[in-house]
Amino acid sequence: MTVGIVGYGAHIPRRRIKVEEIARVWGADAPSYKKGLELSQKSVPALDEDTITLSVEASRNALARAGIDPKDIGACYVGSESHPYAVKPSGVAVAEAIGATPDCHCADFEFACKAGSEGMFVAYGLVKAGLIKYGLGIGADTSQGAPGDALEYAASAGAAAFIMGADEDLLIASIDETYSFMTDTPDFWRREHQVYPSHGGRFTGEPAYFRTITGGVTGILEKSGLKPQDFKYAIFHQPNGKFPKRIGKKLGFSFEQIDVGRLVPFLGNTYSGSSPMGLTAVLDVADPGDRILMCSYGSGAGADAFIFTVRDRVREVQDLAPKTRWLLDENLIFLQYGEYAKLRRKIRLAGE
Amino acid sequence: MPPAKSWRTYPQTYRLEAARCLDCGKIFFPPRLICSKCHGRRFERFNMKRTGKVLTHTIIRTPGDAFSGEAPFAVGVIEMDDGARLTTQIVDVPFEEIKIGLLVKLEFRRHYCEGADGIINYGHKAVPLRQ
Repeated sequence: MTVGIVGYGAHIPRRRIKVEEIARVWGADAPSYKKGLELSQKSVPALDEDTITLSVEASRNALARAGIDPKDIGACYVGSESHPYAVKPSGVAVAEAIGATPDCHCADFEFACKAGSEGMFVAYGLVKAGLIKYGLGIGADTSQGAPGDALEYAASAGAAAFIMGADEDLLIASIDETYSFMTDTPDFWRREHQVYPSHGGRFTGEPAYFRTITGGVTGILEKSGLKPQDFKYAIFHQPNGKFPKRIGKKLGFSFEQIDVGRLVPFLGNTYSGSSPMGLTAVLDVADPGDRILMCSYGSGAGADAFIFTVRDRVREVQDLAPKTRWLLDENLIFLQYGEYAKLRRKIRLAGE
Repeated sequence: MPPAKSWRTYPQTYRLEAARCLDCGKIFFPPRLICSKCHGRRFERFNMKRTGKVLTHTIIRTPGDAFSGEAPFAVGVIEMDDGARLTTQIVDVPFEEIKIGLLVKLEFRRHYCEGADGIINYGHKAVPLRQ
């Protein structure tokens, strides 16, 4: 039985803030941040947008492409580090809104930026096991960086949703191989009741991101017997513009292979949505037969790698919902830092 | 709104579930028990398409406490493509671009929170239809 993606969709808030505007407030040198992060702006959620609302919109786009009855979705998993509730699942709200309840298994995942690919992996596994007909895996975040911290320039918001299934005539892309690489690596964390995360500075690079993704990609290539040249596209977790380029080059992938799915220069780091959103942008333009490698990364630390092969049906579904690059580039509302601080609730109001 | 009251409206606030009279076809949102047109009592439930147009609108500058952080904001009556009308915020668009007849789609958004420790109420708000 071949299992794969039968529907996919993304959603991005319309608000943006430029690196220059954040740097202006903190007296930082904008050109060096832009060069260092290879990032010019990031998305910002409105007061009425959160992980649940972004997940619902992305899932509706996935359903539009899948063309299935939502009642047939047997599992709904939301991966995020910004679930709106500390105790009350995001998954049930999403499943309720898309009409998948009550015959549906729901759960929320957390694993820093890797929570989205976890949901995809578990949904895929349940379909492959024959326990459910379709499974929905979502990666979504409205991530926060402490004011003035380097993370503030990149932490952004967005969501990607994937419906996994095994109907040969509905497959958009088959999942040919998976591999996960995990170690206990304390590069980024947030303790209970803390508003903002902490990180290990440069430690987040070589021993964390680069070592872990190298482990994930090397492992899946060995398992599948494939080489970097066998892929049309590759998507790696994108905390900034530089890291996916560096890891791609190190592993033998060309810039052309990774550029289509590298959204971070204009989107920022959507954490759990990061590499899954890159995958949606690739599927938007992919041709039948294209082979795609995706490797997520989550601090703490781990990587989930997937190999997909695009099917003929991709051409029928690409225009059935907004494309990710369109969501990224159109109808933007640019913010000043004061508005951004209000929307991200960085200002304590009287009575709070 | 107490959680129980909010919960009872989830079919409408989450999925835009309306009722169509099986005798005369009139659509009601929210659903009702007796058709105001033919007095029929047989209905079928369905989820409305999320597109419509602005029928009328206004700007709220002095809202209640639950919405004070959002002021000023636009509120409109939206005539849905399925025929029913509903009142909701119109967001992500400058006020001067909101006109009668503006084509909109409804997006899933937070409506308001019951304070810092209460439940979060979700529903739909209108945004300009651009694709």
